[in-house]
Amino acid sequence: MSRTKTHVATTINGDAVEFLCEPQQTLLDVLRDGLHLTGSKEGCASGDCGACSVTLDGRLVCACLVLGVEVNGHSVETIEGMADGENLHPLQQKFLEHAALQCGVCTPGFLVAAKALLDVEPDPTETQVRYWLAGNLCRCTGYDKIVRAVLDAAADMRAS
Amino acid sequence: MAKVVLNGNLKQFSDGQGDFDLDVKDVRQLFAQLGARFPELAPHLEEGTAVAIDGEIFQDALFAAIGPESEVHVIPKIGGG
Amino acid sequence: MSDSENKSSGGNGLKWVGTRQVRPDGVDKVTGRASFGADLHVPNMLIGKVLRSPHAHARILSIDTSKAEALTGVKAVVTREDINDLPSEMVPAGEMMVNYRDITRNVMAREKVLYEGHAVAAVAAISESIGLEALSLIDVEYEVLPHVIDVMESMKPDAPLLHEGMITQGLEPAPEKPSNVAKRVEFAIGDVDAGFAAADVIVEREFNTKPVHQAYIEPHACLANVAKDGKAELWCTTQGHFIVRGHCAKLLGMDISKLRVTASEIGGGFGGKTVVYLEPVALALSRKSGQPVKMTMTREEVFRATGPTSGAHMRIKIGATKDGRITAADGLFHYQAGAFPGSPVQLGCMCAFAPYDLENARTVGFDVVVNRPKVAAYRAPGAPIAEYGAECVIDELAKKLGMDPLELRLKNAAKEGTQTVYGPKLGVVGLVETLEAAKAHPHYKAPLGKHQGRGVASGYWFNIGGESCATLNMSEDGSAHLVVGTPDIGGSRASLCLMAAEELGIDLDKVHPLIGDTASLGYTFLTGGSRATFATGMAVVEAAWDVIDKMRERVAKIWDIPVDAVIWEDGHARPASSNAGAFEPMSVADIAAMANKTGGPLVGNAAINAQGAGPSFGTHIVDVGVDIETGHVEILRYTAIQDAGKAVSPGYVEGQLQGGAVQGIGWALNEEYVYGEDGKLQNAGFLDYRIPVCSDVPMIDTVIVEVPNPTHRYGVRGVGETPIVPPMAAITNAIEQAIGIRFNELPMSPPKVLAAIDASKGPLADAAE
Repeated sequence: MSRTKTHVATTINGDAVEFLCEPQQTLLDVLRDGLHLTGSKEGCASGDCGACSVTLDGRLVCACLVLGVEVNGHSVETIEGMADGENLHPLQQKFLEHAALQCGVCTPGFLVAAKALLDVEPDPTETQVRYWLAGNLCRCTGYDKIVRAVLDAAADMRAS
Repeated sequence: MAKVVLNGNLKQFSDGQGDFDLDVKDVRQLFAQLGARFPELAPHLEEGTAVAIDGEIFQDALFAAIGPESEVHVIPKIGGG
Repeated sequence: MSDSENKSSGGNGLKWVGTRQVRPDGVDKVTGRASFGADLHVPNMLIGKVLRSPHAHARILSIDTSKAEALTGVKAVVTREDINDLPSEMVPAGEMMVNYRDITRNVMAREKVLYEGHAVAAVAAISESIGLEALSLIDVEYEVLPHVIDVMESMKPDAPLLHEGMITQGLEPAPEKPSNVAKRVEFAIGDVDAGFAAADVIVEREFNTKPVHQAYIEPHACLANVAKDGKAELWCTTQGHFIVRGHCAKLLGMDISKLRVTASEIGGGFGGKTVVYLEPVALALSRKSGQPVKMTMTREEVFRATGPTSGAHMRIKIGATKDGRITAADGLFHYQAGAFPGSPVQLGCMCAFAPYDLENARTVGFDVVVNRPKVAAYRAPGAPIAEYGAECVIDELAKKLGMDPLELRLKNAAKEGTQTVYGPKLGVVGLVETLEAAKAHPHYKAPLGKHQGRGVASGYWFNIGGESCATLNMSEDGSAHLVVGTPDIGGSRASLCLMAAEELGIDLDKVHPLIGDTASLGYTFLTGGSRATFATGMAVVEAAWDVIDKMRERVAKIWDIPVDAVIWEDGHARPASSNAGAFEPMSVADIAAMANKTGGPLVGNAAINAQGAGPSFGTHIVDVGVDIETGHVEILRYTAIQDAGKAVSPGYVEGQLQGGAVQGIGWALNEEYVYGEDGKLQNAGFLDYRIPVCSDVPMIDTVIVEVPNPTHRYGVRGVGETPIVPPMAAITNAIEQAIGIRFNELPMSPPKVLAAIDASKGPLADAAE
């Protein structure tokens, strides 16, 4: 098996980043183990749990289903880029207020996915929220408070 | 005399006897008396059991007090997940 | 960042306890800053990987690691030679007693592999890809043996034997031949035969459940670092770092205090992270290689090699008079333990009929080994299975009696003074209050449409106390560091800070929590058994009282009056009366600022073994709609009602009710392990082991009932486990009302529901064509 590393130049959360990675390494491997951006989590490595959700050129993807070499010349946004300096994103704020997290390991994935929803649909129904987030697994909350937080954040964001 | 009941499988080690009237002031004395009477029972008392004294459950509490009118049940240890 | 303003008062003159606050670890978790088990990186670290058995049952004839050791980049290889063989010794581990002889063999196979996925060897290498290549170079010679994975098959006399020396405990006389039955347990009160003789109506049913996994989203992960003098540090995701410390020290033959374990943030546990898997292996690899070793499980490894809860076969029989008084209840339970003994069948036997005030009851349980991963605790271990069967039979009984199912339960409800089947009488409990709340809830009267049905069920869990330590370190500015020992799996940090702030009389945002490592405070039992808010809560309260007493002593010196003349009120030391003197009250900040000069730093401590945990009863109502063409069961509406004693953090209590209910929905409708004839797991991933997703469930309404637990300062009862107990029966009962078919097997997944509809040959089957 070739372990020869490839040089990749990309943009992560607005910053120019370069790294070396093996051909089989996923974007998730690179983010977590290469760049120490551990906010994106590995729950399954097979694209079923959504804990590694990031956006690639604005499109919601599972980082475990993208190869590290694929992001060369592209732009990645992770949970670490969601807050604006000291100001939390309204979604982050609403998750806190609604107690929409317990253990918190799925939370970064949900936040990235929810933001991607609100970017394309600022006024979703409960059903739309539930189906959009069906690719993010949570075992602690039963989803109730997560959905309420997203709907509340959407309302807040529409108002401002 | 406290009324003491052995529950679950513990009676196997006490010749089938499950009910006792004992003059004991705490759990340690209870285990000591029962263990002296039934040596096979002794190792099962200190590990793996809880003691309910008048309905309140004590686990790993050798000095929990037992009163002269107390109803005491020795039961399996309870855990959780 | 919001400050700690009250969202509402706590009630009863409480300022903080009972309010809704942002949890202290919240900001870190929504920004991705919080560190979970796999998030730690240290210089010079190696990656550890485990070689696992491809066979469900085999003798290990030889293990040759020489080629793996020779691969460039491999720094250590370990096998059974590197983990201590331990003699038989029973220890508490989560919810059941386990045997060290079995723990060491589960961590690393010795004579045999007993399930597909059983660890056989491990390597540490400079990269993951080299580690994986090294695994492929390890040669293991197996003698494959026949396997057995079904609990009833495993009890047959000709079943393949897992442990040659296993003689069933609990049988008199003891059997002469070994078998796969580890233990028989029995509990009984009264005379069930007489009770059934007095019954007008009897219902007897058999039930089957499948093993289900806790399915925490974060796989097991740890990082071990052993120094040349043998002292070691371990970072791991766990519900109990003191338990991990004890087990690892034993398995590696080191002093307990030579190992310092730090609990990372934990990405879900539910009981499954109360045991060790990777941790002793990572320590062994680190010791051998002289470098830190990080190990994580893949999702596939989590499913193949970590404990789900038991699957079971049971028979439940309940009898009642025609006016609805239950006269007898009898349960026979066979639970599979996985590869080593220790299913929660005993706890299941104790809980099965707990919601009922019975004169005559008996439960008998068998703990049976099979060639599957060893079971681990899962949220009220044993109870969801047993109470599922009992609550279904109660429902059927209600129908036969022509009684409303809540009325039948109310008529026979357990209350203070009810004798349990396991012996003691219940103290103050809140089952009746949950039943009344269910009856009065608008959900119970809402209209239903075609092929829709409503079911109810109750549930019970004992809850526990246990060893808990807390330290309040007061800083010079009057803010407090609260150090506790129970990892936070449900939001307990928030509740503990609320209790500390309440006792001290300071603002919530002045209390900062920390889960201390095993060197930083006294032994603390794991987080489980719904104990953290209750037991660590008691320790926090006592630590607060300790530091308040010390502050009063300081102020007495400062004012030069007797300490009895100083009272603590509303966060301030005050003179007890005007006779004591006209002194200005001193706040915590005032006293702390002077601490160093008036005697030294101010620290409050508590180290207790909390007793007096109060059980929690719950009652759930669920509406389902059945699609008779596909067999899909939709959850239309769900209400979870539970007695919390006192909800310190109502938002997080609601979260426990909702999370447990949805796990129960998954258990009822979809989750199961699918095995092939070869004993290998076929659905070892989240695609095919399907837990509920966001679109599968509606909002979960909750009602918190508060019947205070008299032994706790605030009346707290643990709440975390009971919510998973009622859903499976409630849903089964709802489906029966919806389509007239009563299932006696879980999960009620679409193919099974459809097959039953088709087989029913009634109007439903015709309608479905």
